[in-house]
Amino acid sequence: MAIESDVLVIGGGLAGLTAGISAAREGAHVRLITHKQSTLRQASGLVDVLGYVDGEPVADPFAAVPDLPADHPYRIVGESGVREGLALFDDVTDYRGDHTDRNALVPTHGGTVKPTARYPASAAAGLASDDRDALLVGFETLVDFDAPLAADHLGAAGAPFAADGATVRFPGDLRPDAKVTRYAHLLDENRPVDVDGRRLPACEALAERVRPHLDGHERVGFPAVLGDDDPAAVRAALAAELGADVFEVPMGPPSLPGLRLADRLYDALDEAGASLETGVPVVDHEGGDRIERVLVDRKGATVPYAADQYVLATGGLVGKGVESDRGGVREPVFDCRVPHPADRYDWFEDGVFGDHAFARFGVDPDGELRPTDERGDPEFENVRAAGSVLGGYDFPAEKSGAGVSLATGRSAGVLATEAL
Amino acid sequence: MTGEDTQDSSDGGAQDGADDPDVETDGGAVGPGDGRDDAGFAPAEPTAGEDFEPVQVFPDEETMDLRPGADDCYKCSTCDVNCPVAEVDDDFPGPKFQGPEQWRLKQNEEDYDVDESITSCSNCMRCDDACPSGVPLSQMHNEARGEFVREEMSLLSPKYWRNRILANYRVSAQVASVVPRLANAAMNFGPARWVMEKTLGVTSEREFPEFAEQTFREWWTARGGAAASRQNAREARQRRGDPVDADRRVAYFHGCYANYNTPEVAKALVRVYEHFGYELVVPEQRCSGTPMFANGMLSDARRDAEVNVSSLADLVDRGYDAVCSCTSCSMAIRQEYPELFDFEGTGEVAGSTFEALEYLRINEDLRGELADASVDGFDDLAYHAPCHARNQGLSRQAVELFRELDGVAVEDVGDSCSGISGTYGWKAEKYDVSMEIGEEMFEHMEDAPGETGLTECPTCSMQMEHGTGYEIRHPLEVIEEALVDDRVGV
Repeated sequence: MAIESDVLVIGGGLAGLTAGISAAREGAHVRLITHKQSTLRQASGLVDVLGYVDGEPVADPFAAVPDLPADHPYRIVGESGVREGLALFDDVTDYRGDHTDRNALVPTHGGTVKPTARYPASAAAGLASDDRDALLVGFETLVDFDAPLAADHLGAAGAPFAADGATVRFPGDLRPDAKVTRYAHLLDENRPVDVDGRRLPACEALAERVRPHLDGHERVGFPAVLGDDDPAAVRAALAAELGADVFEVPMGPPSLPGLRLADRLYDALDEAGASLETGVPVVDHEGGDRIERVLVDRKGATVPYAADQYVLATGGLVGKGVESDRGGVREPVFDCRVPHPADRYDWFEDGVFGDHAFARFGVDPDGELRPTDERGDPEFENVRAAGSVLGGYDFPAEKSGAGVSLATGRSAGVLATEAL
Repeated sequence: MTGEDTQDSSDGGAQDGADDPDVETDGGAVGPGDGRDDAGFAPAEPTAGEDFEPVQVFPDEETMDLRPGADDCYKCSTCDVNCPVAEVDDDFPGPKFQGPEQWRLKQNEEDYDVDESITSCSNCMRCDDACPSGVPLSQMHNEARGEFVREEMSLLSPKYWRNRILANYRVSAQVASVVPRLANAAMNFGPARWVMEKTLGVTSEREFPEFAEQTFREWWTARGGAAASRQNAREARQRRGDPVDADRRVAYFHGCYANYNTPEVAKALVRVYEHFGYELVVPEQRCSGTPMFANGMLSDARRDAEVNVSSLADLVDRGYDAVCSCTSCSMAIRQEYPELFDFEGTGEVAGSTFEALEYLRINEDLRGELADASVDGFDDLAYHAPCHARNQGLSRQAVELFRELDGVAVEDVGDSCSGISGTYGWKAEKYDVSMEIGEEMFEHMEDAPGETGLTECPTCSMQMEHGTGYEIRHPLEVIEEALVDDRVGV
């Protein structure tokens, strides 16, 4: 016997969640299994579809899809597949950006501008295409965001507005290495804190510290720690105090916008009736042309899971869905072929930002997203791959990671259910 | 030491390898011989020679070499965000400091003493699951806590003895269970509790759990032990149409709490397993060690673990699997034993140990049987997943299984920690933190319909009861009610 389901999704990132939600909505009994907490918690929370092609910025990602190389995942699911992936995402979240096909430009904590297709409501007032002057505010104890430096960068990047930066002390005397959630919860709860000899609710106290730097700016950007449970209320409270729009600048890990997005998508998976198991890796598989079952390592014990259809959404080189050593590159769960040059020195370019082959490492799918062998035949008839375990695209250079996960995740989920 | 030379020359080796196709084809490993002859450098002797032991990088070779784990930490701080103690206590530096940072400080600074804040870690082990890089955080915490107690805690201090008594709950429970009614009265006698708080620092806010009048083991023996179980299992197999001589043998690790305090949980396990045709044995066993790990009492833990591994290993050898009804017991046997001890059979026992529901899900059509069954007499249930279930990937199985069961609705009350963490919440100085951590769970329980709680962990259930006044049940009791008609051998 084994633990059974119709569709087993392996991986709890954006691709796995999208595959799970779409298959469960189609009526399958879905089980999603993840090794670790979702990598969404480390991600910026922005959803980009296609930001650059050959180093050139892209205004309309959908228009650019037909010109991509034939082995790009977007060519496999087609422009309509990309749109349907985003439609599913729009349906389960309250993200912005669906009013237009064009990329939005969102300032990052480094002061660069990122082309992205969907962004959280908290980033909406910060768009770089908006010509209102902006004040960026950093906190002394949150060293990952240097607001004056980021403001200078935005100026140098040619943003169509004046940006200034200020660094203030966060009210409430948090320890210098406090976790980002401490800031968020203090603002959520709006507990009284001491500021300049007075006791004020946290949001008011923060506004008090920012006010001397405001100087007529119509919008104010903070590092993305403005609330965990009710970020809209925190932004509204700060905006009312400051008399200016308030937005968040996405930050590195651990990321509040990423945490909030992960929570929302896991809730959606739950609402769709899927089962979920976290904290255990899939280490092996059984079966011939068809996978019969996979084996999960649960703290030393090997536990079999059986399903009719499988979706592989374990991530790329960084997410450990693709592994490499000096001998070669492999996909560890089903041992699917990962095309790569035999000579290890052809895996990369000398320049740091060169066109590295390793960035495109991943399984090579057929038209139904099934990983293929050397002859181009599916490795297994009931395994589909989604997200960054797929090869053929360079998501950091293209800024296409989230879009590929949504498009191929949804497609894999639907195809798996149709095959039941 | 030739550390610096080594560094320089191995860099040179990699460079040379890049230009030399021969080096590349043998896998590219820079080892003895590679380039030594032709490029004129002596590569990496200390890191590649046959006598090299990685632990020699540091002067102290006595302790466990956790360097690979420490090196894997890239300071993303995700563990800190998941830490329930750091969530409410801004003075607690969090798992990243307690694990990899503290470990490095210990290796590199001559007189570094383990920081006392390690005693504020509750051993929930959530950081393990959170780490995207596979750093063995809880193992590092166990090591650091052990060293703190060994090197820095006075054996004469009341705190040491308080922790030791709490950690060795089994010993007090054994005594108390001889005279359960007297013990129940004495343990919750107000003036005595006041003295315990003042002298030992055991909080008087909590009520001690009641001792059962008959322990599980007494019941088991009176019922006829393994022979009776074999008989019941054979009859069940016959009834189910399974081969009568099927090989279904399971060793039950009941732990202390189910034995002395909640034998109804242990009895439910026995009846449910026999219902599926499993014959049980109840081997000799001591405490799983969880409360000892959490208090840095590693030699006490080692003593009990050795007994457990030895008696379970014999059975595993003979084809038995082991099952637990407490998720901290299964966590200890599966993860902490292999991390901390090297008794013969430790790995085999870990690989053959399962949580009670998990084992039935794997080997039986538990979901199917529950979908056709119904229960009476259970209120709607508010389920809390213990941290040690969560860390085994088992946080949702009860909710999933009971979704299709008629007569009861189960609501998951969220992913917060209950806050009691075994002995942690019993310490007077930790009581407030413990209740603050639990607050979110109490609120979710009160929001959920029904006034009965459900969990697999004995101390989580104490905290759930303490914070809400609800009665708390174990999933095995629900399954027993759903599937077992004839209470064989009650």
